Amino acid sequence: METLIGLLVAAPLLGAAVLLCGGRRLDRTGHWIGTVLAAASFVLAAVLFADMLGRQGDERALHQHVFSWIPVGGFQADVAFRLDQLSMTFVLLITGVGTLIHVYSIGYMEHDERRRRFFGYLNLFLAAMLLLVLADNYLLLYAGWEGVGLASYLLIGFWQHKPSAATAAKKAFIVNRVGDIGLSIAIMIMFATFGTFAFGPVLESVGETGEGTATAIGLMLLLAACGKSAQVPLQSWLGDAMEGPTPVSALIHAATMVTAGVYLIVRSGAVFEAAPAAQTTVTVVGAVTLLFGAIVGCAKDDIKKALAGSTMSQIGYMVLAAGLGPVGYAFAIMHLVTHGFFKAGLFLGAGSVMHGMNDEVDMRRYGGLRKYMPVTFATFGLGYLAIIGFPGLSGFFSKDKIIEAAFAKGGTEGWILGGAALLGAAVTAFYMTRVMLMTFFGEERWRNAPAPSPEQPDVEPAARGEYSVPHPHESPKSMTIPMIVLAFGSVFAGFLFSWGDAFVHWLEPVTGFEHGHPPVSALTVTAATVVALVLGAGLAWAQYGRKPVPAVAPRGSLLTRAARRDLLQDDFNHVVLVKPGEYLTRGLVYLDHKVVDGAVNGTAAAVGGLSGRTRRLQNGYARSYAVSMFGGAAILVAATLLMRAV
Amino acid sequence: MNPVNYLFLAALLFTIGASGVLLRRNAIVVFMSVELMLNAANLALVTFSRMHGNLDGQIIAFFTMVVAAAEVVVGLAIIVTIFRSRHSASVDDASLMKL
Amino acid sequence: MTATTLLAATSTSTGEAVQFWILGTVAVLGALGTVLMKRSVHSALCLAGTMIVLAVFYLANGAYFLGIVQIVVYTGAVMMLFLFVLMLVGVTAADSLKETIRGQRWLVALCGLGFGILLIAGIGSASVESFAGLGAANAGGNVQGLARALFTDYVFAFEITGALLVTAAVAAMVLTHRERTERRKTQRELAEQRVREGKHLPPLPAPGVYARHNAVDIPGLLPDGTPSELTVNATLRERGQVRDVSREALADLAALERRTGEYLGRKGTVPRAVRSAADVRDDISDDAPDTGGGRAGDRDREAAK
Repeated sequence: METLIGLLVAAPLLGAAVLLCGGRRLDRTGHWIGTVLAAASFVLAAVLFADMLGRQGDERALHQHVFSWIPVGGFQADVAFRLDQLSMTFVLLITGVGTLIHVYSIGYMEHDERRRRFFGYLNLFLAAMLLLVLADNYLLLYAGWEGVGLASYLLIGFWQHKPSAATAAKKAFIVNRVGDIGLSIAIMIMFATFGTFAFGPVLESVGETGEGTATAIGLMLLLAACGKSAQVPLQSWLGDAMEGPTPVSALIHAATMVTAGVYLIVRSGAVFEAAPAAQTTVTVVGAVTLLFGAIVGCAKDDIKKALAGSTMSQIGYMVLAAGLGPVGYAFAIMHLVTHGFFKAGLFLGAGSVMHGMNDEVDMRRYGGLRKYMPVTFATFGLGYLAIIGFPGLSGFFSKDKIIEAAFAKGGTEGWILGGAALLGAAVTAFYMTRVMLMTFFGEERWRNAPAPSPEQPDVEPAARGEYSVPHPHESPKSMTIPMIVLAFGSVFAGFLFSWGDAFVHWLEPVTGFEHGHPPVSALTVTAATVVALVLGAGLAWAQYGRKPVPAVAPRGSLLTRAARRDLLQDDFNHVVLVKPGEYLTRGLVYLDHKVVDGAVNGTAAAVGGLSGRTRRLQNGYARSYAVSMFGGAAILVAATLLMRAV
Repeated sequence: MNPVNYLFLAALLFTIGASGVLLRRNAIVVFMSVELMLNAANLALVTFSRMHGNLDGQIIAFFTMVVAAAEVVVGLAIIVTIFRSRHSASVDDASLMKL
Repeated sequence: MTATTLLAATSTSTGEAVQFWILGTVAVLGALGTVLMKRSVHSALCLAGTMIVLAVFYLANGAYFLGIVQIVVYTGAVMMLFLFVLMLVGVTAADSLKETIRGQRWLVALCGLGFGILLIAGIGSASVESFAGLGAANAGGNVQGLARALFTDYVFAFEITGALLVTAAVAAMVLTHRERTERRKTQRELAEQRVREGKHLPPLPAPGVYARHNAVDIPGLLPDGTPSELTVNATLRERGQVRDVSREALADLAALERRTGEYLGRKGTVPRAVRSAADVRDDISDDAPDTGGGRAGDRDREAAK
């Protein structure tokens, strides 16, 4: 069985190699190769899952040492895999959703001439992501971490002919670098402290080191998680990452890669338990991000950016839960999985809508699409109900548990975190209802040729004045089937997982579990959650359902305008990071020119001037040279006499 | 009279020859001054030989003469060559080795 | 000169002292002359004198072999080589003793005085009271003694010096040899070249043709009575040592005409051509009159250029 673990990673890696090296002769079959290898990986995962279910709790984890990677003295880096319940969950999610999105992409990318390359990148992503979650040490995890970063960069910038896409790819890459520095520093601290970075020894002995070390490692890991999972303050790249093709947004920037940060925090749970300060920071980051993303999601008219805000917010929930310790780990992962289903479904739905609407993304030019795209409407609607936490659907179970666990933190902290989570639930209901209403209900605004929006002049294609009335239609089977499958997941996953706390018990051997005891009863929390979502949805209906949606965005309140600009995150980065960086650079250039160059040039000028004067000694006249020789001889004689006299 | 006087004479001749090398521009005269210096050295060597009572000084002087002869041959050949190409035997005219 | 038989002495003979002071003065004067004479030939002669004096001193110091070698090799061969090269390079021009390098003279004076004083002071401070003399060393003959040392202790140096001499001889040949880069022209080719270049083809005219004189410094006269520059040596022309007698000849001719006229009873009938030629001779360098001799004059001038 252990050998299959390596094959899990190898299959999509082979696909990437074949597709990226194969050249044009694979253009006609490339997408099938990619999809089949992704599916093969999923089948392997399923076999391994079945095998794992056949064993008892503590014996379920599998280890495979493939080869010794970098053996240098005390530095032993192995390529070793660990397949325990946590990894298994991720592997199933990644290969499952990944395979569905491969299938979806066959239809979505049908007319793109670089489709083969796209599938190659997708396979590369799958391989790197599987490496990330299967790694048995932090260094191998880091390799996967960088691999998914690379794949993300390549896929965001897939339409690199668009300057916005190229810029977004660079932005994602650079912001992720900041997080990656955190991870590398964490690994360095681990090696310095423990002499190893394998999960087992590090997590076992981290409790015995000082709290300071643990806090340092924890904060660095949190920085890494923030970068990869688009958490405040490294969240700015996710909105722009929507420039990539929609399947990419669904797979990488909603379901899997962005959750790697949550995986890292849960996997390193022992580190955070040894460092309460770091743990609190994690919860604060989660709470802030979940509100931040939700508010941004409320203001965006671009359907994908609204969903991106939502993703940020939902990952905020997971990070919050992960920061709560063993109380929350299982729920963080559970929410991660359910979120993987419904958010992937929502993105695929958005992609389907765009597919039928001439790649229009502005929701103000949608409206009333439910008649034209019934399947998309149904699956998107189920995803919508799941994400807002409609009772009985998957989001309800997972999110409700997180809110409960947040309240269970106890004390003022618990109230603040719980309140934030509850408020986030209401805002989630608001913005998702808004997306739903603007897209599928109301009048058919796409029939009128709108004037270019002054607020968003870059929205295509109105800005070019080439608006043609779209003909909304349902997407092909290859796109709808994955959406249907994901919709099933969105509906039933939560219920299945919560049946007898199945998911919690499944993960317990890896992450441990404690029952949280909220200050109020669990039922009250559930009721409050439901009330919050009703309030949010009602408010959205009042604003977007009852009244017609203006085709041009109104000016809006200060908060709306700020939220449209991603709550000024780019402005913040610009003022706080870019500007000082520029001034620093300018200062350094000035320093370089004046001081360093000045010293160098000054020395050179001094030497040059001196040489210019001594040069006159070399006048080319042999007699002048002879005089100096003669003088030297005289001095030698004098010296000889002097030595004799002494 | 002590033979040391020969040494004084040699020193004097040597200095005069050196000054001639430095003062004259005509390459041939410069060369003659060099010969004068060599002869002064030879005189000193011969005098040393006498003062020490062995012939080594004379041997060295003999070698000096041979080397001087070789030097004269080559040096004059060089002067002739330079004169042929530059139409001048002035050492100052051959002052190309400068910046 | 014979005082060297003393084994260890403190003083030489008076004769040698006298000889030293007289010849030493001559040597220093010769050396100064070598350096200070304006013409390099004089310098060479002064140097030769100094060298002969030094040869005498060698003999006085018991270095009989070296004394003879000094005269034969140095004064004879080397100085002759110097003179030879001097002749090759040109002996006429006197060197200017005006210094062109700024400060050179002062530097030389400083260094020379410093060096000389230091050297002499050094020798003086050595305070050698007695000397061994060469009596013992020269007992078996100076030449034999030298030869014994030369072919035993110094044999390697001797061999290497021989190699040096050979090298020097080859070097001198290489340096002065001019490589021929093209085939030597045959006589026919040379003749054709001369015709092509329009040079003077026949032998140059001898001086004194149509003239009363045949001295080498008097140009021959062309048929119209003008002197031909081709007839005198170029060196004499350069030096301005040509004696122009054409005016005299023309005057003679005119006188002859006149006398002939008088004899025949004619009056005032000097031939036209002769008169005009006589007028023109006032300025030889000017264009020749357009007479029969004009072409020849042109050609001469061209050749002279």
